[in-house]
Amino acid sequence: MLALTIYLSFAGAFVLALMPKAWPRTPRILALLFALSGLAVALSGYVADYATGSVSVANLDWVPAMGIHYTLAADGISRVLVLLTGIAAVAGILFSWNIGDDEGDRPNEFFAFFLALIGGVYGVFLSVDLFLLFVFYEIAIVPKYFLIAIWGSTRREYAAMKLALYSFAGSAMVLIGLLAAYTTAGSHTMNLQELARYPFPIGFQMWAFPLVFVGFAILAGMWPFHTWAPTGHVAAPTAASMLLAGVVMKLGAYGCLRVAMTLFPHGLDPWGFSLFGIDSWRTVFALFAVIGIVYGAAVALVQNDFKFVIGYSSVSHMGLVLLGLLTLTQIGIDGAVLQMFSHGILAGLLFAAVGRIVYGRTHTRDLGLLSKLQLGKAMPFAAVIFVIAGMASMGLPGFSGFVAEVQVLIGAWKAFPWFAIVAGVGIVVGVAYTWRAMQRAFFSDAPAVDANGAIVPVPAYEPVTWSEMAGVLLLAGTSLVIGIYPRLLLDVIAPAVQSLPHALLTGGRP
Amino acid sequence: MNAVMNSINYGDLFRITLPETILEIVSLLALIVDLGWMRKSSRDTRMSTACWLGVLGCVAAIGWLIQHPDAGSIAAGSLVATPLVAAVKIGILTLTALVLLLSVTTEFSRNPGEFVAIVLLGTTGMLLVTAARDLLLIFVALELLSLSLYVLTAFAKSSAQSSEAALKYYLFGGMSAAFMLFGFSYLYGLTGTTNLSQMTSALSGSSVPLAIVALVLVVAGLGFKVAAVPFHLWAPDTYQGAPAPVTSLIASGSKVASFALLVAVTDGIMASGNSTYSANGNSWIVLLITMAAGSIVLGNLAALVQTSVRRLLAYSAIAHAGYMLLGIAAHTSQSGAAVLYYALTYALTTVGAFGVIGVVERSTGSDRLDAFAGLSRRNPLLAGTMLIFLLSLAGIPPLVGFWAKFNLFASVLRAPGSGHWGLVLVIMALAASAVSLYYYLQVLKRVYVVKPQRVDPMRITLLELTTLVAIAFAVVLLGILPGLLSGWIPLG
Repeated sequence: MLALTIYLSFAGAFVLALMPKAWPRTPRILALLFALSGLAVALSGYVADYATGSVSVANLDWVPAMGIHYTLAADGISRVLVLLTGIAAVAGILFSWNIGDDEGDRPNEFFAFFLALIGGVYGVFLSVDLFLLFVFYEIAIVPKYFLIAIWGSTRREYAAMKLALYSFAGSAMVLIGLLAAYTTAGSHTMNLQELARYPFPIGFQMWAFPLVFVGFAILAGMWPFHTWAPTGHVAAPTAASMLLAGVVMKLGAYGCLRVAMTLFPHGLDPWGFSLFGIDSWRTVFALFAVIGIVYGAAVALVQNDFKFVIGYSSVSHMGLVLLGLLTLTQIGIDGAVLQMFSHGILAGLLFAAVGRIVYGRTHTRDLGLLSKLQLGKAMPFAAVIFVIAGMASMGLPGFSGFVAEVQVLIGAWKAFPWFAIVAGVGIVVGVAYTWRAMQRAFFSDAPAVDANGAIVPVPAYEPVTWSEMAGVLLLAGTSLVIGIYPRLLLDVIAPAVQSLPHALLTGGRP
Repeated sequence: MNAVMNSINYGDLFRITLPETILEIVSLLALIVDLGWMRKSSRDTRMSTACWLGVLGCVAAIGWLIQHPDAGSIAAGSLVATPLVAAVKIGILTLTALVLLLSVTTEFSRNPGEFVAIVLLGTTGMLLVTAARDLLLIFVALELLSLSLYVLTAFAKSSAQSSEAALKYYLFGGMSAAFMLFGFSYLYGLTGTTNLSQMTSALSGSSVPLAIVALVLVVAGLGFKVAAVPFHLWAPDTYQGAPAPVTSLIASGSKVASFALLVAVTDGIMASGNSTYSANGNSWIVLLITMAAGSIVLGNLAALVQTSVRRLLAYSAIAHAGYMLLGIAAHTSQSGAAVLYYALTYALTTVGAFGVIGVVERSTGSDRLDAFAGLSRRNPLLAGTMLIFLLSLAGIPPLVGFWAKFNLFASVLRAPGSGHWGLVLVIMALAASAVSLYYYLQVLKRVYVVKPQRVDPMRITLLELTTLVAIAFAVVLLGILPGLLSGWIPLG
């Protein structure tokens, strides 16, 4: 049944692309309907299979001569991420409700690209056949380019091209690894589970693992390959930022876990020698992840563009995901998957608050300028949303971020105590940059003065629309529910993590 | 050759060469109809009559090939018919038919009859090249193909560019043909036969320095046909100067035929002795790999800075030839089939891309990147087909270009002889194809992102639109269901 999410999204993209352009306000309604039905399918699939393990979704011959099959299945990790995708898709459309109001918005194309991207993301999360997974992975790349280049803002063409080339370079690395694994294992199968059982030589895994891992981690925003992320997030239109941070970066992290680590678990083993305490690819990437956590947070602390703050915070939060995966402990990987979900929701909420609700009305994202606008009074709704999202994002108990970060840190404490401490520092810096941005943007005491020294009155901005309200309720509500009762997700994630290959749950001890 | 003369069974000859015969007859028919009955008609009518006649000829030949894909050979294997050869022939005929369909409304020529006749003669050459397994036949067929293309390149008589392109094409082509013939003469001298399969056994085990010289010369000749570095110099100018349908023909059918020939020749000669380490095999492989690497790097890098879309596609064609040469160097039967699959699907996509370029040129008078600005608003459907063609060339799934690349590179990695170089070159090729996305996106950026100066709808005839949409549909369909062709060209 979950396969319907993929078909619905692509059908929506197809319908919207071919629909006549005479009614500019219809596409968003249609797109919302398609996204809502996708979410309904994802949610009912989630509820129906709550207590079951991996469920097979589809299995058809595709190119049997080459061992390639159309195989879809969903374990707990997939189902959680499919649910996230459904929520992010609906929220993204709700926050794009202005597309179609103006001449030259090209709403048909916008929502067609949007839904095509969503379809690709659903597909990646559900694929078991690696060839199929790769196909969906690449389908998700191209629409991003157009969404940013056509509907974006600041340096959009540069940012879009950078993002497309980074993604494509990453996927070329992944393809090399997959081709090598496929031919090494005798070209009989592209099925992930069957390939994972093939004993690849250690030497092979030692070069294939970092290649595939980095290929996916580029999209997950791993330092030092993260530079596409802030520029891409800033340039993208709100809905695309929400998707980029919300689900596309998760594709990368998902690939790291599902493909690189599952296929080549011995690539994580120690090299047999140690250089400055670094003795395996696992330590190298964990180090990168920790640097990403601290670096992203530190850079976010000094940004003047509101969206850059959130762009860098995404790099920081995705560092936590990667660190959690590399702990190779049940609790760390649980936390990483939960963090993927949580960050997907919260990044969406933050980008919506900044990109749509604030920027859509004030037309500036400069924190210096915003601090003079007294938004706390002029836009109390936006202030409340940002406070909620910011609190959740800095890891306040009661929201989803807290549970996830605690689990990742516990896992990291077992695996890399020093890294756990540094990551903890990064989380503290996260409090600082959120606080700073919040204070500057909404609660600055300095009112704007005109040339004569008179205080400029608080301007009246257009009120919050129903679509914005609905989107906020959806995202903030999800985060709150998960924060209060995380078992709703953890009950599904934990068994799936348990059934990962044994080598991934040993905490690095053979 | 004596054996060839004496042992011909004319019934077999007729049966095996019937597609070629049909094309010959139709090409004469096109001349007769055009020059005999239609002198007084308008040029448009004459052009469409001639083109449709040509299309019918291609369809008839395809029909015969589908009905009789049987294996056989005549004259001691000088001319062969296998299911694979039949598949490639069908592919070439389809490509020619598509090129003719896209030529119906072109205005570059005042001599429609001659145009179609020469296109069909060139196609006959392609078909013969595909089936020939004898040095003399190969040379004659290649010359038939090449001479037709030289003439066609110069067919826009009022355009100086067209003449310049033809002259460059002709001079380079003539020289490379001379090289190749010289190489053939050495091969004949060494082995005493012109037949490829007999040559294989005669060469086996021996490692004569002269054989290597001969191979280098032959490779030079074939490298010119497929526009591989360092024999690529004609390609950008010819692609830019020739009339759009002729460029498609050079980029599609001619490429396919040349690669089919390369597969046949390398099959024959590299297999001599135990392929992997025989001296001949090795020097071939080194040569092919060098050419492939050079083509991949130079084609992709040079394409980055082009402002003319035709030149851009010319350099991308050089890069694609490089990818295919990797498959040739792997020289297994799988990689041979993978190369043919790649060549056919690449050619199909290219015909579509040049079809779009032709339409844009007619409307804007230019093939520069900026001429494509705002195409998505001026003609959304046309823009959509261009999107599909270029993304397929870049190798983005689920389009056929990705599948062809996957199949080709998998076959290269699998080949027993590719142990030393296979992985390195596949990595290089995939890295280069990541680079290639940049220049394809340069075109697509104009099509979808840049605001146009003119927003009036771009005019396109129903026939052109139908043809382009059909090609785009095929590119998508073959990408989603790659097994569709597996009855013709084996996969895996």
